Amino acid sequence: MDKKRRNFLKIAGISTLAGLGATTGLGRLVGGAQSAVAATEEAATAEHGNAIEQNAGDTPCVNRYGMLIDVRKFREDLSLGERVVRACHLEHNVPNIPVKKDEIKWIWMTHYENAFPEQPHLYLDQTNVEFQLPILCNHCDNPPCVRVCPTKATFRDANGVVIMDFHRCIGCRFCMAACPYGSRSFNWSDPRPFLDDATMNKDFPTRTRGVVEKCNFCTERTRLGLQPACVEACGDTKAIVFGNLNDPDSEIRQMLKQHHTVQRNPSLGTFPSVFYIV
Amino acid sequence: MFEKALKGNNYYWMWLAFLGLIIVIGFVSYLRQYFYGLGITGMSRDVSWGLYIAQFTFLVGVAAGGVMLVLPYYIHNFRQFGRITILGEFLAIAALLMCVLFIFVDLGQPLRAFNVMLHPTPSSMLFWDMCVLLGYMFLNILCGWVILTAERKQVAPPKWIYLFVYISIPFAISIHTVTAMLYCGLPGRHFWLSAIIAPRFLASAFAAGPALIVVMALILKRVANFDAGKEAIDKMVTIIIYAAIANMFFLSLEFFVGYYSQIPGHMHSLEYLFFGLEHHGHVYNNLVPFMWAFILLFLVGMALLCYPATRKGNDLWLGVGCASIFIAFWLDKGIGFVLAGFLPNPTNEITQYYPHLNELLIAAGVWAIGFFVLTILYKIAIGVEHEIEA
Repeated sequence: MDKKRRNFLKIAGISTLAGLGATTGLGRLVGGAQSAVAATEEAATAEHGNAIEQNAGDTPCVNRYGMLIDVRKFREDLSLGERVVRACHLEHNVPNIPVKKDEIKWIWMTHYENAFPEQPHLYLDQTNVEFQLPILCNHCDNPPCVRVCPTKATFRDANGVVIMDFHRCIGCRFCMAACPYGSRSFNWSDPRPFLDDATMNKDFPTRTRGVVEKCNFCTERTRLGLQPACVEACGDTKAIVFGNLNDPDSEIRQMLKQHHTVQRNPSLGTFPSVFYIV
Repeated sequence: MFEKALKGNNYYWMWLAFLGLIIVIGFVSYLRQYFYGLGITGMSRDVSWGLYIAQFTFLVGVAAGGVMLVLPYYIHNFRQFGRITILGEFLAIAALLMCVLFIFVDLGQPLRAFNVMLHPTPSSMLFWDMCVLLGYMFLNILCGWVILTAERKQVAPPKWIYLFVYISIPFAISIHTVTAMLYCGLPGRHFWLSAIIAPRFLASAFAAGPALIVVMALILKRVANFDAGKEAIDKMVTIIIYAAIANMFFLSLEFFVGYYSQIPGHMHSLEYLFFGLEHHGHVYNNLVPFMWAFILLFLVGMALLCYPATRKGNDLWLGVGCASIFIAFWLDKGIGFVLAGFLPNPTNEITQYYPHLNELLIAAGVWAIGFFVLTILYKIAIGVEHEIEA
């Protein structure tokens, strides 16, 4: 083979490879954006007039689990908040670490001004100054944490729930920087010494040091047809309603239709799946 | 060529022994962190990145700064940089090594670090950062080594190496751009959410990197009988001055956007950095002294570099000027930028960050590893220069 031909073949081969690599890479990079556009268009033409679907995630999920939190119920029964938090943290072996900087929390009670800092108000009504409401991971339909994770250790499952693979997480904490809701906690040290053997849930894994964790919408319970632990802790109060946002007949969708609800910092385009009746 | 690093005077060995001691202390501190977890750092649930990631960000800039020698020499054929281009390339290697180590010591599960390659995720900027950093490190090792070998044999470098030299130029820009993208694409972190972060990073890198090289060149002139040449130093100082001004210009634009728009999120971090952030009756201001030291050192450095008598008349003042600029931009990017982005946290609470002693020792150890490698690389480069001259 003469030298020219050989060189030509070399260059052709390399450029084909480069071209293939670039297109697949780009395709994967913009894939999320395209499906988001497609989903919005679809939603806009859908028949449910004002109830526009918020499917913006990179994986088209069959279901989209969501939560509606009726803050009024937490004002009526002041012990409810504590019960809800305890139920969740016992179910998931969340350690009770006394040092504030190392704290781990999946769901916790906080003031209105902390939950909705983008709604600053000089003359806030007395109830919202005094009382607290629960906040947790929003299981966004367009989650920044999933976008930034370098190992896919955090991802969305078929129910639209943002979950963690504790065995894949390298502990880079990029997701903590990316989460605009402060929903993620890091195991700054071994969490097991802070767990009580007597109350430990043997059916849910404990974590090792150096991984990130957060609310998982009780995937381990909903899989068995149970309600999430926090919802169960509310009893019949309907303080928290859990359901499939993609099902127009679900209870949560009916309630969303009837009440004025708000989401935490919706202007960021994350499409939170947790709604509040304030 | 490695044998050149094995011969040196007493000062050379004492310097390496000193760095070695810091490395050992840093390593022991790291073992402590490894077995306990990142809890023995100042980082918290609210300020989840600290000194390590801040050092990483700054050192990416130092690595990228080397391109300010490579570009004029190889593209514009600026001959005077011929002797010191290798200093830029070798500095980039040492700086990148420190970057990789700072990422590594920041990981909660360091043994799983290779998951980034096992599960490549194109949507994550950290994945791309790894690609460009490793790529740039490879390019610098290759180009530096091949060109130095050719120089030693007193032949022209092989033609194919120029392809890699030219590729390394956009790569240098890319490492700092992608590092900026780690920050500037995050919703809800207003201080970082600015399109000007990448240019600002590059501007400060093109000042800090060459400033360090000038300091190195002045030290080498005294201790290793290596003269970079007056014209080369003068040109570098010009580059430093313009890049430093550009960085301050970009910073002032951030101030304008924040304070003229009066959007609280855009003002909070700047307020925290420079004036102290008042929140529920308490003023949070632990970084204010560092930021004013940054401004002060910038002004001192600029005065020394711009005033002809101090720039040209005296190596000491020139060195102090360049060191001031380097330290100033280290305070800006290696401390302020990363930490301030976390305040206030997403639920409008404020946690200040104070590094743990163990964390400081680990950081010092990583810096010492970088300077250890840099010393050896410079020793080799200068050994080759002396060999040719002899």
